[in-house]
Amino acid sequence: MGDQGSTLLSAEQLTKRFMLGGGLSRVRLVAVSRASFRMGVAGPEIFTLAGESGSGKTTLARMVLGFVEPSSGSLQFKGRDVTRIRGRARRLAFMKDVQGVFQDPFDTFNPLKRIESYLRETALNFSMAATGKQAERVVDEALAAVGLTLQEIKGRYPHELSGGQAQRASVARALITRPALLVADEPVSMVDASLRMSIVNLFRTLKEERGISVLYITHDLATAYYVSDRIAVMLRGTIIEVGSVDQVLREPLHPYTRLLRASVPEPDPHGTWSEEIALGALEIKEYAQTGCKFAGRCPQELAVCRGTEPPEIETGGRMVRCHLYR
Amino acid sequence: MALLRVERLKAHYLVDVYGIRRAVRAVDGVSFQVEANSIFGIAGESGCGKTSLIKVLSATLRPPLTVQEGKVIYDLGNGGTDILSLDEEGLRKLRWEFLSYVPQGSMNVLNPVRRVRNTFRDFVRAHRVAAPSRFLAEVTEHLGHLGLPPEVLASYPHQLSGGMRQRVTLALATILNPRLILADEPTTALDVVVQRGVIQLLKKIHAEQRNTLILVTHDMAVHANLTDRLAIMYAGKIVEEAPTAEVFGNPLHPYTRYLIGSLPRIGDKAHKVSAPGAPPSLASLPEGCRFHPRCPQAMAECRQQEPDLADVASGHRVACFLHGQARHG
Repeated sequence: MGDQGSTLLSAEQLTKRFMLGGGLSRVRLVAVSRASFRMGVAGPEIFTLAGESGSGKTTLARMVLGFVEPSSGSLQFKGRDVTRIRGRARRLAFMKDVQGVFQDPFDTFNPLKRIESYLRETALNFSMAATGKQAERVVDEALAAVGLTLQEIKGRYPHELSGGQAQRASVARALITRPALLVADEPVSMVDASLRMSIVNLFRTLKEERGISVLYITHDLATAYYVSDRIAVMLRGTIIEVGSVDQVLREPLHPYTRLLRASVPEPDPHGTWSEEIALGALEIKEYAQTGCKFAGRCPQELAVCRGTEPPEIETGGRMVRCHLYR
Repeated sequence: MALLRVERLKAHYLVDVYGIRRAVRAVDGVSFQVEANSIFGIAGESGCGKTSLIKVLSATLRPPLTVQEGKVIYDLGNGGTDILSLDEEGLRKLRWEFLSYVPQGSMNVLNPVRRVRNTFRDFVRAHRVAAPSRFLAEVTEHLGHLGLPPEVLASYPHQLSGGMRQRVTLALATILNPRLILADEPTTALDVVVQRGVIQLLKKIHAEQRNTLILVTHDMAVHANLTDRLAIMYAGKIVEEAPTAEVFGNPLHPYTRYLIGSLPRIGDKAHKVSAPGAPPSLASLPEGCRFHPRCPQAMAECRQQEPDLADVASGHRVACFLHGQARHG
């Protein structure tokens, strides 16, 4: 256990349950199950939450942003419990420190407002500036940090920007409050291929030059490897492996991480797959499964896997939730 | 002869905005050939005209998308037929029996209130008369070939996952054994593990039915895994076309170089740069080469003249003045 005070974000046994349907057909869905991780223990870092659709990575991100209240467990930001922030002033201080960047940059902005006035109002609302003049300076600074100039934005409405420009502008919006943590949920999946790396590089620059940590949520393991320091892989609500990207993506331990890693198509015509994989027959109710969520698809399944959920096992500087490593 | 020959094809969206006619030049002078039994890939970013091109090729275009000029010639066994000269009945016969089109987001085409079995039945009936007793056996056999369990036939679409629905749609598209399959982003929006399964399935269909596949996707890694030849589209034009290994190993057009060079790979942390600027709007294209405002190697002539797609090596075509070629117009 590290020193609580110096850790930027720490989640302990974090769980979110949703109730679906009503009346007799109520179903309990555990979207995030006892997730524990820490980020920013030794200075700013880019931490990836990777997983397929339905793995719970967005729900976890929304809990970090304070949009969704956890059902149980604790979530601490700079040593303070995020779920017990009371009062407008303290709430505002938390929102300033933790900002989000989302998948669709055009959804970030009001379509009827010019981008610059939206950014200026953000600066005023968060009291980053007292006067319009000051606000303009704050906006200029944020735009410069993402490599946009005021000329590119001046007088423009969101739909007049390209996808790449709009995503930069939404990162600029997040930077206005000088946050310590950016939560970026699939920030490049809607950006054109020829511009994607420029956004990814931006996160690297923000970390190196401004000391901003980034919680990068993605399904794309290749950009995750490129940009992040550490990675957590999620499967059906459970974090199954955490470690440095080099460890986890180059020598994955968990059979699911291995399958995921092997399924990323290589952009190389000579590196195509030789063996075939078997796909699940019909929808398996993996959420409801007791024990390991991967049991049933796992090539190395043990007798214990179906009944007992594997504990968190620390091995060689990483965590893996798999009975194989007991 | 080639299975498909496209010559100087231009297809524009003609729109009236407050009485002012504007043309969005989605496909603007595209020529290429597709050989029988091959897998041909078309890559490009969103808004480069690749889906519009597929709509023309599959004869499913609707106004405001209209063909301005050019030819789309299919080898139907009688010396080549220009599909743009066919009437409605001719097109109807062509679609699905000769070619089958799997549009983008096709996992959502299944009728939500009908079981998959009934969708298959409607579909087969609309195209040919099959004995009802044979039909079910035929469909089950086809699904078995593609590794789908027969239980899917009794399911409603909402009971199946996205990947499963995509595989059912591909089964539907191939049951009549078409000579040509046109697939638009068949693996986009799928999880990587399922995506790998769908790529595997497309390979299998191609190997078993010995037909031709034209695959459109923005995902270069999918092209690397599946296609034999690859065309790169930029702003309504093909800028480079070569065997896939050649495109990845020796890209010549500056745009292709950026595209290939910026692909992230696991195990490689070297700094990658994107092309500067952003793609142009198809409604107001720059003069000269369409990539010149973003090209770090742009020369004076690039701003005035449009380079032709010309052979630079056997089977490798590039539209760029850097790769010494005859100028035109």
